[in-house]
Amino acid sequence: MAEELALEEVLNESPVRRSGRRRRPSLWRTVVFLFAGLYFLLPIYAGMKFTLQDIHGHFSFGAITSLPHVAGFADAFWLSMRLAGATLVIEAILVVPTAIYVHLRLPRLRRLFEFITILPIVFPPIVLILGLTRAAPLWIRASPYMLSAEYVILSLPFVYRSLDAGLSAIDLKTLTEAARSLGGNWVKTVWRVILPNLRPALLSALVLSMALVLGEYTMASLDLWTTIPVWIVQFQQGSNGHIQIAASMMGLIVTWVLLTVIVSIDRTEARRRKATKAAL
Amino acid sequence: MFRAIFPGIAVAPFLIYTFLGLGVPVIAVVINAFHSQTGKFTTANIKLVTTGIYRLGMYNSIKLSLITAIIPGVLGVFLAYAIHTSRSSWLRRLTTTASGVLANFGGVNLTFMFIATLGSTGVLTAWLAAVHLNPWNHGFSLYSFYGVAFVYLYFQIPLMVLVITPALGGLRPAWREAAQNMGASNWRYWRYVGVPVLLPSVLGGMLLLFGSSFAAYATAQSLTTGIIALAPIQIGNLLDGNVISNEVNVGFAIALGMLVVLTVTMVCYGLVRRRASKWLR
Repeated sequence: MAEELALEEVLNESPVRRSGRRRRPSLWRTVVFLFAGLYFLLPIYAGMKFTLQDIHGHFSFGAITSLPHVAGFADAFWLSMRLAGATLVIEAILVVPTAIYVHLRLPRLRRLFEFITILPIVFPPIVLILGLTRAAPLWIRASPYMLSAEYVILSLPFVYRSLDAGLSAIDLKTLTEAARSLGGNWVKTVWRVILPNLRPALLSALVLSMALVLGEYTMASLDLWTTIPVWIVQFQQGSNGHIQIAASMMGLIVTWVLLTVIVSIDRTEARRRKATKAAL
Repeated sequence: MFRAIFPGIAVAPFLIYTFLGLGVPVIAVVINAFHSQTGKFTTANIKLVTTGIYRLGMYNSIKLSLITAIIPGVLGVFLAYAIHTSRSSWLRRLTTTASGVLANFGGVNLTFMFIATLGSTGVLTAWLAAVHLNPWNHGFSLYSFYGVAFVYLYFQIPLMVLVITPALGGLRPAWREAAQNMGASNWRYWRYVGVPVLLPSVLGGMLLLFGSSFAAYATAQSLTTGIIALAPIQIGNLLDGNVISNEVNVGFAIALGMLVVLTVTMVCYGLVRRRASKWLR
């Protein structure tokens, strides 16, 4: 099933095989890029413009610098951070070992896991939170960390798939056998051999699940927890939308920069490895 | 020893976790859809949601999802093909990371970016107004059904690009060369080779897009503050207590309806995928 959703796989997509002659830049390609560029960049430009403007239309960092002092933002930010932290902890102790174990010991179950982990992509969060209002016992519902527990599930399509693609890309069997025959125990093998090889997959899983937790609105708002997105919607201070737009823009820019950095690190790593191999 | 007897024991925590987090809420939805507020078995909830405003909500949801599956589906294929056949590698890298981010970029952030763009004082609105084409004076509203659909394109097109790129990679250059050798024109190549091979993947991608916008709540809710009649928004309003509180169980019936639609979608997706994997590997 949608293994193509694994970002890792798409990023590692090999370049197009080129024929010898150069293709002329065709009209339709220019038109497609022009319209796509307009549609996708204009809202970002507009968001930036509103972020970097004061109410008189002059350039100013006011919206960004005043953000931490606006009532409620600090609390919302802190809550979102705690939820993100808890989500990452659960993923680290539950999802990562399971993905490795399934690959190593239970390849028969890979299809089942593929199916389970694709489900959340079409599963409406609103149905999830509705069911939980009746199904979850009160002591769980009273804690914000119920959201973290559910975010782990919502992020499975990205996290598990990213790990799965990463694990398929390395020769896991040879690596573990080599480590074991050199006397490493299981903990050491996973910690010193498998995880370092999975680094790009782990990093992209990390960024995507951070992005999900910091942007999730549906469940947080209906569970009545004021995370950053809920705060943005609730926040009204006169007619000044600049603060809200500034807060919205932060999420997109931070995620994009992090992801591009990770991809670049991954590329330099691969190039270095190739260079070493060539030198040998 | 233990591991030898139960090789599956190590994955049990994960399976139990997903069952508790995903399976139990679904069971709760199904049970509550058939029960009244006082806990008696009833089909009144189901009857209510198949009429009136709730029926309209489901109809609007399906209509919105169809529009935002087909249009971004087609546009996404063209964009993905343009990216895929582009010669500049930095462009490909930039657009793949961008698709990854934007495909997950629904919700509140997106709403406010579009308010900055096409809101009544937005940047694009101002530009268009300067040439006397202010869309707000010509019946457009960002906070309406078509406004929501327009905003949905922002995460649906990247999702389609992400889904269809591997399929484009499976379109072998050898097929094109073979077709050309036998004298096929560009149009004939696409008519008899390209389109038939890609069609199942494109349909599969559109089904996924359908599911994605059918399930979406945050963008529509934050954009329209809940006044638009869509099934997920109606559930949200019932849960929020914005309407008569003895109707909360109606929300479960709507949710059940959504689950039925999504199940059908996913079954179709499975069938189409099987067909798609025939040529592409």
